[in-house]
Amino acid sequence: MTVCTVLLNWMKSPCFIQSRRAEQVEGGNNVEPIIKTENLTIRFGGHTAVSKVDFEMPAKQLKSIIGPNGAGKTTFFNLLSGELKATEGEVYFKGIPITSMSAVARARMGLGRSFQITNVFPNLTVLENVRLAVQSKEKIRYKMYRHSMHYTKLLEEAHRLIEVVLLQGKEYAIASQLSHGEKRKLEIAMLLALDTEVLLLDEPTAGMSLEEVPAILDVIRAIKQTGEKTILLIEHKMDMILDLSDSIMVLFNGKLLADGSPEEIMNNETVQKAYLGGLYDENLAES
Amino acid sequence: MKRKFQLNHYLLVVIVLALVIFPFVSDSRTWTILLTQIFIFSILAMSYDILLGYTGIVSFGHAMFFGMGAYTTAVMLKRIEPTMGMFILSIGVGMLLAGLISFFIGLLTLRLKSHFFAMLTLAVSGLFLVLAEKWRTLTQGNDGFTFKAPEFFKDRVMFYLVALACLVLVYLFLRRFVNSPFGRVLVAVRENEQRTRSLGFNPLHYKVIASVVAGVIASLAGSLYAVSLRFVNTSVLTMDITLDALLMTIIGGVGTLIGPIVGAGVIELAQHYLSGLAKEYPIFERWIIFFGIVYILAVVFFPRGIVGTVREQIWKRKTKKDGSKPVPKKEVL
Ligand SMILES: Nc1ncnc2c1ncn2[C@@H]1O[C@H](COP(=O)(O)OP(=O)(O)OP(=O)(O)O)[C@@H](O)[C@H]1O
Ligand SMILES: [Mg+2]
Repeated sequence: MTVCTVLLNWMKSPCFIQSRRAEQVEGGNNVEPIIKTENLTIRFGGHTAVSKVDFEMPAKQLKSIIGPNGAGKTTFFNLLSGELKATEGEVYFKGIPITSMSAVARARMGLGRSFQITNVFPNLTVLENVRLAVQSKEKIRYKMYRHSMHYTKLLEEAHRLIEVVLLQGKEYAIASQLSHGEKRKLEIAMLLALDTEVLLLDEPTAGMSLEEVPAILDVIRAIKQTGEKTILLIEHKMDMILDLSDSIMVLFNGKLLADGSPEEIMNNETVQKAYLGGLYDENLAES
Repeated sequence: MKRKFQLNHYLLVVIVLALVIFPFVSDSRTWTILLTQIFIFSILAMSYDILLGYTGIVSFGHAMFFGMGAYTTAVMLKRIEPTMGMFILSIGVGMLLAGLISFFIGLLTLRLKSHFFAMLTLAVSGLFLVLAEKWRTLTQGNDGFTFKAPEFFKDRVMFYLVALACLVLVYLFLRRFVNSPFGRVLVAVRENEQRTRSLGFNPLHYKVIASVVAGVIASLAGSLYAVSLRFVNTSVLTMDITLDALLMTIIGGVGTLIGPIVGAGVIELAQHYLSGLAKEYPIFERWIIFFGIVYILAVVFFPRGIVGTVREQIWKRKTKKDGSKPVPKKEVL
């Protein structure tokens, strides 16, 4: 009797529904967007940072988010990852409303993110930073007895990821002593370690020197080519965006101005008028 | 991977053996008692290090768990019977009590920003102090009460050895604990709570469990302390105890486990000598002022404490000598 109720309850639980949906999506024709927002809005006092955004993210694609400084891009990410709570509207992940879920729960469901402002564990080594992320992916959360260094699989995986982002040789450096570019690479290694279905990348190349950018570009391209991940990328570097994106969405003053293929966006008049023209020129001037 | 038995492990074994032999070679009662005291406060300071050094929680109420252990043991030995069995049972009861209370306090308050948490712990431990003062039928308030220790502890040396054994066991247990995957996440919480969350670890769980472990072990220290004095009064619940633990941890080195033991040694010895000096020079009556000064100097010049600073130096020398990649043995320097 009780077993039955437990089972029934479990089948109503988000975990079960989630796994069912996952099966449906994989079996079916990927019509259902992996992330969807409806009327997503957040206000800080009187200021509306994200305003009524309706957005759909098809699975296993790469979408870039562009927009001028202060457009609300990072805030939009924070709403997706649960760092901030929406004032209005809903966020769906694989069709499940996650608006009221915590950041921890969303990370565990498969929403991984990197941060625009480098956000690592400053006094730990590079290896330990990545190892912690691998540990989370392996769901080793409450083991209190064995020495953490005896989990050799975690260590091997951490070493592998450090190589993927080209940080080899820095394993035992303390994170706070890395160069800015190296910290960004570490950030990406930690995100990859989580092996989440969705990667939210907030300006992965921000503040990097020009020589460091191609390496990160290669890493992102490599992830994209595996065809397994859904990537949302905030960037300012137009050449990089055009190179990588399947689609682009434009945020302006917190509003979703346009969302479409790179060509559509480049040719969209409102976008050009409102914003793109200026930025594009800026970027050309830079390079 | 076979674990290497490193030099400092040998050193620890030698020190422990020396301490075991000590009371049989020397018959200085003063030293036996002083060392026992150091062992007990080492346990308390290590438990505080789990909070402060590993998890980054500042608590001003740690004395409440120490006091809980002290009172549980004292009351049970006095009211029921002063036997060894009762002593062990009372330690268990004290730990259970401390565990439950730290769990609930943690669950309710660890969500708060750290400075609010610090203030709340101060308030809650104040509450326990008032409770002990008012519940005179049980505690006899500030006057306290004496009680008989189990027969087995008539010989001070026996108690010395038991305290030493507890210290070693607690040390070994906590070292396992902080090096386990769980313990590594505690350090991550200390370093960057928000990042820990985005990795999918729930910081609240880690903080609550850390505070339960710290509370339980502080209670063990309290039980031993009461028996060492064969007396208990409300002083075991006062801020002084918390400050002692804080000072020992900081002077010895936060986040090192061995540090708090060294810190406990340094402070207990200093207290001993300074209060000796006070008989001749009354200024040393106020030795707490000296500690204030030492404390400030330590925080300013040796933020890593004695053990932390020594480790850092050794590490620097090593990397300089062979010029190879630095390989810190402990992730927490
Ligand atoms: N926690 C907050 N409290 C108050 N205002 C905020 C908060 N976070 C963001 N804002 C405001 O919301 C607006 C959008 O900020 P956001 O960081 O999302 O911009 P962005 O598009 O990421 O810009 P950038 O390209 O500079 O990174 C800004 O005006 C910012 O000041
Ligand atoms: Mg931003």
